This record gives sequence, C-alpha cells and structure tokens, in this order.
Amino acid sequence: MEPALIPPAAATLAGFPARLVFLLIPAVGVGLFAWILRRRIEPLLRAAPDDRFNRYGERVAAVLRLWLAQARQPRYLLAGVLHIVVFFGFLILGARSLQLVVLGFVEGFVLPGFGGAFGAAYHAAKDVAAAAVLVAVVVLAVRRLVFRPARYAVPERYGKDHTPEAILVLGLIATLLVSEGLFEASLVAAERQLGRPLQGLVPLTLPWALAALLGGVSREALQALHLAAYTVHDLTFFFFLCFLPFGKHFHVVTSLFNVFFMRLDPGTVKPVRHGVGEAGLDALETFGVKRFEDFTWKHMLDFYSCADCGRCSDRCPANRVGRPLSPRFVSIKARDLCFRRYPLRGRPAAEPEPLIGGIYSEDEIWSCTTCGACEEECPLGIEYIDKMVDLRRGMVDDGLVPQSLQKPLAAIEKRGNPWGKMEKKRGDWVLGVGEGCRVKGFDKGEQAEVLYFVDSITSYDDRMQKIAQAAARVFCAAGLDFGILGKDEKDSGHEVRRFGEEMLFQSLKEHNTEAIRASGARWIVTTDPHAYNALRKDYRDLPPVRHASEVILEALRAGRLALAPEADGVGTCVYHDPCYLGRHNRLYDAPRQVIDRLPGLRRVEMEGNCRDRSFCCGGGGLMLFYEPEEEMRMGVVRVKMAREAGADLVVAACPFCLVNLEDAIKVAGLEGELEAVDLCELVDRKLARPGGPGAANGQGGMA
Amino acid sequence: MNILVCVKRVPDTAENEIEVRPDGTDIRREDLVYSVNEWDNYAVEEAIQIAERTGGTVTVATVGDADAEEVVRREMAMGAQQGLMLTDPAFEGSDGRGVAEILKAAVQRGRYDLVLCGAQADDGAGQVGGMLAALLDWPYASLVNRIEVLEGQRLRIGREIEGGNQEVSEIELPCVLSIQTGINEPRYVGIRGIRKVASVEIPALGASELGLDPSRVGRAACRVRKLDYFVPPAGAGAEILQGSPEEIAARLVDLLKAKGGLK
Repeated sequence: MEPALIPPAAATLAGFPARLVFLLIPAVGVGLFAWILRRRIEPLLRAAPDDRFNRYGERVAAVLRLWLAQARQPRYLLAGVLHIVVFFGFLILGARSLQLVVLGFVEGFVLPGFGGAFGAAYHAAKDVAAAAVLVAVVVLAVRRLVFRPARYAVPERYGKDHTPEAILVLGLIATLLVSEGLFEASLVAAERQLGRPLQGLVPLTLPWALAALLGGVSREALQALHLAAYTVHDLTFFFFLCFLPFGKHFHVVTSLFNVFFMRLDPGTVKPVRHGVGEAGLDALETFGVKRFEDFTWKHMLDFYSCADCGRCSDRCPANRVGRPLSPRFVSIKARDLCFRRYPLRGRPAAEPEPLIGGIYSEDEIWSCTTCGACEEECPLGIEYIDKMVDLRRGMVDDGLVPQSLQKPLAAIEKRGNPWGKMEKKRGDWVLGVGEGCRVKGFDKGEQAEVLYFVDSITSYDDRMQKIAQAAARVFCAAGLDFGILGKDEKDSGHEVRRFGEEMLFQSLKEHNTEAIRASGARWIVTTDPHAYNALRKDYRDLPPVRHASEVILEALRAGRLALAPEADGVGTCVYHDPCYLGRHNRLYDAPRQVIDRLPGLRRVEMEGNCRDRSFCCGGGGLMLFYEPEEEMRMGVVRVKMAREAGADLVVAACPFCLVNLEDAIKVAGLEGELEAVDLCELVDRKLARPGGPGAANGQGGMA
Repeated sequence: MNILVCVKRVPDTAENEIEVRPDGTDIRREDLVYSVNEWDNYAVEEAIQIAERTGGTVTVATVGDADAEEVVRREMAMGAQQGLMLTDPAFEGSDGRGVAEILKAAVQRGRYDLVLCGAQADDGAGQVGGMLAALLDWPYASLVNRIEVLEGQRLRIGREIEGGNQEVSEIELPCVLSIQTGINEPRYVGIRGIRKVASVEIPALGASELGLDPSRVGRAACRVRKLDYFVPPAGAGAEILQGSPEEIAARLVDLLKAKGGLK
C-alpha cells in the first residue's frame, strides 16, 4: 500500500532526488562533528597523565547512579526534576532522531530491534517523552527569563551572562520536538484523509494535537509540510550536534565519560604526577599546575563537562562569604582559556600562559578550604580539590606563598607544628588530665594497645588541649589502654599537603609513619578529623585508624562508659559535621548516635545544611593562618544556622571546627545564647564520676 | 648589576622561647632553631628582583661557621646564583666592626655594583651595613624600602622615616643599602627548592684567602665586648591589670584617658 505522502527518501526537490540532500546533511554534520571533536581532544592529548583506566566495576556503578539514574539531580528539586525529564527525553528521542536521519535516504527504515510490539510501544513512548520535554523546555525558559535563579548569574568579573546560550539551546530542542511532531502529524493527517488512520496517537502529545490541527489541510500542503518538517529536523539535529562542543552543552556528549572517569575516593589527594612515585618526586622538573597543559586530561574533561548549573558555587562556603572563589568559574574560565588556546582553526597557542595572574588569582586559589561541598553536589562528577592542590603545588614551587602561610610552614618544617613551639612540650597537655587517668608516653618507652594521635592544635593550643584532656578521661573511663607519641609526634601534614607543600608533607609522613610503627600500637584513635583523614588516606601501611566518636560509641554500646543521670533540664544541641569526618569519610552517624545516648539533650538538625551538605566552618590547619578577603566569616554563617535550628549548644567533633565556631559565636554576638563544644568534652561532662565532681579542671562532674 | 647580599643565621625568634642562661653569658641555645635573619630575606628577594629586571647576578655571603651554610643554601634556593661562606676560626667572636672588615674584604675580591644588608639582625645591633660602607668608602643609605634603578649608575631609593613618612633620595653606585622589611614579599622556599641546590658547591674563604690581617678581626680585635645578658626586673611604673576582660578593658581606657593617651 502506497503511503499517503511521499517519504523523504523518495521525494524530489526541484527535480533532484531529495535522498542526495538528506545523505549530504548527515555526512557533512557527522564529518564536521568528528572534526570538532578531534580539535577538542587535542589539549587532552597534551595534558598530564591521569590514572583512570581502572576499577571498571565501580566506574560503571558511578555511571548507573549519577549518569543514568541522575542521582544528584533532585538535590535541587525543581531544576533536577526538569533535567531528569529532558535527560530521559533525550535518551528516548535520540533513537527516533536517529531513525529520522536514516529515513532521509532509506525508505521505511526502522532501527534494529524497534519493530513489532516494542516498536509500537516505543512510538507511543517517544510521543509522551516529546510532550514532557516540551513542557519542561517551556518551564526552563520561563525560569531562565522570568525567575532568573541567582545561581545562574554571572558576576561582572567573570564575563558575560550565559542566558542567551541557554535560551538558544532550549529553542533548538523545541524545534526538534515540533519538527518531529509535524513530520509525524502531517502523515497521520494525510492518511486520515484517505480514510485509513494509522496507529492511534497518545492523547495530549504533539502529533496528536498537530494531526488534529492539520485535519483540513490539503494533501499538497501536507506533503510540503512533511518534507519541510523533515528538513528542519535534519538541519537542526546536525546544527545542534555541532553546536554542543562550543559551550556548556558539551556535557551532553562528555558527561557519560566524565562520570565514568570521576574521582572515586573522597578525601584523597592526587599524586603530584600520575606514574611518578614518591621516590621520583625529586627528579621532577616542575611541580603542580602552572599552565593549562599541566592539568590532567580528566581535569580538562571536567572543564568541557561543566554544565554551568552553579550548584557547586551555590554550596561553596568560600563563595558564600564573598571570598574571591567560585568553583563554577574555575571551570568556566579554564574552558574559555582552552577554547582560546586551542582554536578550531589554526595552530594551538605555542607560548605558555601562566594560570596564576592570568585566569586565576593567588587569593582565589588559597580561598578554598577543600571542604568538598562542590564535588559532593556536582551532578557530573567534576572535581575541584585536586585542581586546587595542583595549582597550589605550582604556586609553592614558584615561591608564591603569602607571608601569613610562610611562617607556619617554616615552623612546621623546623619544629613539627605551625606555631614553632618546642617539640618537648608537645605532650605537656597530659599534665591537665587530672587524677585517675594516666596517659602513657610511647616516647618514654611505655607500651599501649592504642595510639592516640593528637596532632598539633590539640597538643599545643590552650583551648584545644581541653579536647585532648577530655578525650583522655573518656578513654580512661572506657578502659582503653592508650598512649601518645609526645615529642615524637609531628604535625600530620594534612593541610601542608593540601596547601601544596608536598615535599614537606612527605617528610612529616615519613617521620610519623616511622614513629607510629615503632610504637607497636595495634590501632590508632584521633580526635582530629584532619589527622584522621591524613592517616587513613594520605599515609600507607599504618594500623587501623578510628575517630574518637566511633570508639566512644562502641564503649557506650558495650556499657563500658557509665553516664551520670542528668539532673538539670534538657538542652537543645545540634551536631556540626566536620568536612573531613563527614563528606570526606562518610562518618555521619557515629557522632550523632553518641549524642543521642547522652542524657539531658535534645538533638536537632540544621536541615538542608547537615551531613553531606554541611557548611564548612572556615577550614582547618594552615587555613587558620591564612588571611582571606571575605565579607563575613564562614563560622558566623554556620553559628547562625545552628541558632536558627533552635540549638543552644553546637557540638563539633574537630578542634578546628571548635576554634572557628567559638570565634564565630563571639563575632556574631551570640555569647550566652549559643555554646560550642567538642564531642569528647560533651561526653566527658556527662561521665559518672565516682565520689562526685572529681573531674580534673572542674568542668566535668555531676552536672 | 652584580649584587652582593650579606646574610646572617640567627635564632628564629618566632619559633623559640628565648631564655637567658643563668650565668648571663648568652641565651640558652640547646633547643633553639635557626633561620635566615628576617631582614636579610627581604634584601635577597630585592636583589633577585633587581637582577631579574636589569640582568646581572646575586651573590649571598655570610660570616659564620659551617652551620651557617644552611642559610646561604636557602637563599640560593630563593634564586641567588652564588653563595659565599666567610669562615675561619680567626673570625670567631668578632664585633660589628670585625664583621664589617671581613665583608669588606669579600666585597673587594669581587666586582659588585651594589651591596645589600638587612637593616638589622634579630640578635644584632644594626651596625654592620653602615660600617661596611664606611670601610669601603661607598655611599650608604639605611632602612631602604624602595629601590628604582636609574640610568647612569644611580639608584632612586625610598627610606622609611619617623611616622611612616617616606624620604626619596638618589644614590650613586656602587653603594651599600640596608633593607627594611616590607620592601617586597619574599618568595617561599620549600624543601624541594633547598634540595635542588643541595649539591651546589659553595666556596669558603678564610682570612688568608681574603687577605685579611687577623689582628683586625676576631675576639681579640673587639672594641666592644658583651658583659652580661639579663631579663630586666619589672619596673616600678608597670602595672598588671587584673579582672575580667571587660573590667581590664574599662580600666585601660580610664588609664589612657587619665594619662592623656586618649582624647
């Protein structure tokens, strides 16, 4: 039976077989796209190596979760749901578009496997998908043009607004949908005129509506419309394809690969150069990222993949308090630089172009606390921490380190702590532990089952020593056989490494590794999440490392810690997730469960800003010494969140969080309304003390 | 322009707790860590920046024993091309003039257009730069916080004077300048930088190589001798304010008002 309309592959255009035109369009389109891609791959071939061809099972799982299941999209509910509609619409309609392209030169073409019942179901599904995508496109355009969510704004210093590109692409998508619908509807209308309706159309879909509209149109007009719709679809399809690699919509092509190759281990830092071991570091010509080509190929792929959605910067605490850092623009600026250096036509730029002082400023790169909020949020698996560390390595190598950081770095090099305090005083805090609890010293030749790795701030800072003292009393009460390295311990180097001073970190790591291994301890406990992360992720071949919260929870569960019955009224507390306990080590529940077992406390959450969305308090380690440009302290934002959650006590499980939160309470004028306390101190306060208030510095006892 | 920068290894005051020995002859040195004198770091950075702009070399020299080599190496890691150890048992115990004599001999052995010193050392008296200039009979400016190289063997220099004011002068080369902190931002030197220069040979010159008359240097030639170190007793005018921070602050404001410090 002849079709009611001449199909594209059989049509003639001005006496010329249309098939040739419809063969030429995809040939040119695919050729051009391949050529553009080849040019885009050029910088990746010149990039630093990156070790990502491994762990395929985990990578496929990441693709299934983040790419196919769009797992991170609903974290921003409206945008996320709209994206999911468009994403699945693309997957479904992609097959239809492919079929259409081939129909231009092969009459009656059906994709393999798309015949029969599946074909009919698919046909209905693609119409539903098209309708859904069209609705989503309209909503997206209204959002962009009318509601203008703040996170899409482009501050002046970062260049021009990206709305026109977004609107153009929405227009292209709508054109594809409508032209496909018209192509279908014109045929249906013509067949109906011949009294032989094709398969039923799903109500409320585009072909359904358009076919109804076209009911009274002449066969000739329908024929012209049929061919015109086809041509528009064909041209739009290949224009869109070739347009993708020019901007943020490149993610349509690259996202699958970007997620597949994404960083799998939070909390870690990439080696200075993949393929070069620690022994080979001295032989490297240069360290870190100084020019664009020093980035690894995966980091370049990140730049291509950034969809400019602004979620990273929306969650970035540095951006929030007005520091000169916006992770989104770390990507966008690098992508723009890449396009400049590697133009589609002509040779790539030969002369090196320093990134610092070029697209990035020193303060921008030092502003990052490596909290990881950006990476946690990115739906595409783009990474930032390794880039920051690599850029800092480059700055350290060139001597570009602010004076405020040079002093503590020099002190760590000389004395093993950022204040330059005497090594022999590192264990002096034990003098304040009080009666009934003796802290053993591995440096004094004593043996113990457990090594308490205290790290610098908790060892030396007057206020933070109280955390160590409280922890020691709790460990004693739990019957733990533990000791410290004392003068043999040096800074874990966690921030030393993340601030780009890799060689200093390596020497600290060697020293501590040797001291820890020589101690003979069977496992390690620490109260400092930064030390915890360093020992777990940056060090090798150590006994198991646990955070104090895990140890305390275990002791509470086993009934090895006796708590005093609470006499006073109930206080409301909120737990602040330290970045290096939470996001980087996924330890969210143990500290909460410890709090929940303590008497006299009601625990609330900073909803929307807790667990993996915790808001960094301002950063630890060397970040305490850095003097950032900012409008407000991160800690101030954080304590206000705690107050809004209704808490009068904010519990941290990190000495740096405690420094920042206590300072912030003063700055925010919340003294008397809100108190910050470390988890160990809180547990210490609630311990049952035989013989009444016998706690050392008077802060414990039968509260 | 070829520049010689004189540097000194000093106990790092920021990273030590300085205590005087009970016998009053010195500070306790057992637990000290040492580093480059802070002012000297700025002088080296300035020299490197001048050499980067105008060409020429930067040489770093120190008077001291073998331990002092570490500071020369650190400054070479910053970017100084050459190092020079001025070391001889005969130099030990030299006073400021003795050190200036040694440096003068080193300056005269080379061809330097400019000699930079730190304005003072953490453990010094701020005298060597001026004495060195006098011994060389070169022009001298102290507390320099800005250097601009002009045509015709001249520099325009800025000096910090009382009250944060700036004095601008012209000075002829060769000359000696003592450098104030804040003239620049000294670059960071990491372990990696130091390792890169770890095996560079640093020539060591003694009295005979320098052609120095041993009677003009060393302890015996001192015209100034240290007699005692002590921690001054609390003076009668000192008052330690007691109380809560608020009370202390209120009392301090009252005192400042009463003594005319606040108007």
